[in-house]
Amino acid sequence: MILVPAPIPTLASERRTSPGPTTTALGVHRTAVRRRVTVVLVLVLVLALAAAASMLFGSNRIAVDGVWAGLTRTGSGTEQAVVWGSRVPRTLIGAAVGAALGIAGLLMQGHTRNPLADPGLFGVSSGAGLAVVLGVYVFGVTSTGATVWFALAGAVVASVVVFSVTIAGSGTASPVPLALAGAAVSALLGAVTSFIVLTDQDSLDAYRLWVVGSLAARQLDVLAAALPFLLVGLVLAVWNTRALDALGLGTELAQGLGENVVRARLVGLGGITLLAAGATAAAGPVGFVGLTVPHVARALVGTAHRWTLPVCALVGAALVLVADVVGRLVGGFSEVEVGIVLAVIGGPVFVAVARRRSLVSL
Amino acid sequence: MSAASVRETAVAPGRRGVRIGPVGLAWRPRVFWCTVTALVTVLVLGVLGVAIGSTWIAPATVVRALLGLESGPESFIVTTLRLPRVLTGALVGLTLGVAGALTQTFTRNPLGTPDIIGVTSGASVGAVAAIVLGGGTYSVSAVLLGGGIPVAATIGALIAAAVVYGLGWRGGVQSYRLVLVGIGVSATLDAVTSYLLVRAKITVATAASQWLVGSLSSTSWSSVWPLLAVAAVAVPLALVTSAALGIGQLGDEVATGVGLHVQRHRLFVIALAVVLTAAAVAAAGPVGFVAFVVPQIGLRLAGTNRPPLLLAGLLGAVLVLAADLLARSAFPWQVPVGIVTTVIGAPYLIWLLVRHRKEMTR
Repeated sequence: MILVPAPIPTLASERRTSPGPTTTALGVHRTAVRRRVTVVLVLVLVLALAAAASMLFGSNRIAVDGVWAGLTRTGSGTEQAVVWGSRVPRTLIGAAVGAALGIAGLLMQGHTRNPLADPGLFGVSSGAGLAVVLGVYVFGVTSTGATVWFALAGAVVASVVVFSVTIAGSGTASPVPLALAGAAVSALLGAVTSFIVLTDQDSLDAYRLWVVGSLAARQLDVLAAALPFLLVGLVLAVWNTRALDALGLGTELAQGLGENVVRARLVGLGGITLLAAGATAAAGPVGFVGLTVPHVARALVGTAHRWTLPVCALVGAALVLVADVVGRLVGGFSEVEVGIVLAVIGGPVFVAVARRRSLVSL
Repeated sequence: MSAASVRETAVAPGRRGVRIGPVGLAWRPRVFWCTVTALVTVLVLGVLGVAIGSTWIAPATVVRALLGLESGPESFIVTTLRLPRVLTGALVGLTLGVAGALTQTFTRNPLGTPDIIGVTSGASVGAVAAIVLGGGTYSVSAVLLGGGIPVAATIGALIAAAVVYGLGWRGGVQSYRLVLVGIGVSATLDAVTSYLLVRAKITVATAASQWLVGSLSSTSWSSVWPLLAVAAVAVPLALVTSAALGIGQLGDEVATGVGLHVQRHRLFVIALAVVLTAAAVAAAGPVGFVAFVVPQIGLRLAGTNRPPLLLAGLLGAVLVLAADLLARSAFPWQVPVGIVTTVIGAPYLIWLLVRHRKEMTR
């Protein structure tokens, strides 16, 4: 096999932060914890600012007091309509999608132990994409409120297929076939989507807009549809954090430490699927967040998942909101989709992070 | 796992081998017979590919025409119409297969396709920009025949790869950092492609999507020659570097200790992969999935610990030729070959994963 997972980092970083019960070591440990707490607090502040910006800026120019009046339902009809019909749904959906994709990406990279893994690897994005295209092609469905159900169904069906293949192949123990089976199934579904899209121009028109990822023209019913998936997924992800730390040491070692590897995998994969399916259904496949946010989180707080999980959620949410605001501002009336802005801004930032000397490898 | 790879790559005492100048090859019967079988399959599929079309030409006649023993309409159909397409298909498969084996080996990651060096994304931006921005004034096929898109794709691919390598450089290139930088750069470039696709007129977007899937429908002798030249130089060079690749897998410290100039070797391997991929993508677009799946199939068929280069290339040719045959004959309209390579390759990889259950769980 060629995947010889690179030097196991968890050990090294743990050794760096908590080398043993000597007094100086405890001091070092305390500094590390304080640093991480600071990081989390700063990120909470950034997220709050991003949410505020998302409420304040948009193609309809409304002053701060106007937004507040609209929010409290005391303003004019236009203010209320803009705030509750557009800004509030966008902000909530953006934050939820970003947080969910960040966490899903973290779980995905943790389980596959592969820095190239994104939440779409289990066929979630490609399954949702195929279902959306089928919705347009067969049933003529294009509204976002209806598309969300197709996307959810497609995502869940596709990931169940990937699970079955991996379980048939290896009993979910090894990370390599997990990634390979996911990539193979995703590519297959993507090929079917391409086939339909290239035969039918209406489908292509709907698909090309859906596939870049956007928060525009979504009401709260979209969030309501996705929210149960996101919440259950979050619970599974939190439950999975300890097991992920153990799995980072390698499957055999995790087993030796008394971890139930199969259960940990199933919980993790379930969490990834639900989070990614909910997010993809709400905003389309925003691939960039899940792929890059975990790397940023590891660079900020190390590899322990009890820290990277909240950091991924915060960074992901803030990132999506900021990108959405920028997309609204630069495009004027024809705003630029959030998925495009994310990658155009986030790409260079991510490269800068990756060029840091102290790179935390997976 | 790493212990096993050391044992297999080190020259075992008493093992038979072949030595030609600086190149030594261990005698591995399974690899040898797999390679011979793949080569025979390429030849058979090549002859069939020329024989099958709107008019059937007997394989015997095809062989006679190829040897120059035939004149008349059959000879014209064979050498002018069908041979360029078959040759392009075979060469695209060969170059993508070898490039994929190179990148998967040096990143030690089965998901490490040439895409991660930015080649595909760069080529896509170049080609889609040429199609979308030039699409209003002249037809796409005219651009294709005039060499516009291949040139744009090549330029995009080379610039993107240079940017990834340059940004990944930090007192030397380390494969993990290179992969991360590649993710960032590719994401940004893909977003530009998406932006062009979303803003383009739907007819132009269809043409661009067709190119993005990978297609052999507009090939001629002018697309064969550059590809053939690149393959003739780069594929032998890749085979010569095979032994160094095996050493490089042991990690930078060990490889340096054994006497490998790690940085020079890495630059050489990346340059080879870039040139091979760029040539293939310029000729036929980013034909889906070949560079990912073929090395993985080769690895499992030959039972080696890393993708065998030549076998991967030949299997690539088999895959693309078979896909093109199917695309031309089994569907009412000419399905782009990139869709069919995925539809054939993905299930085969899944089947291999399921069948090799025991081998995978180690």
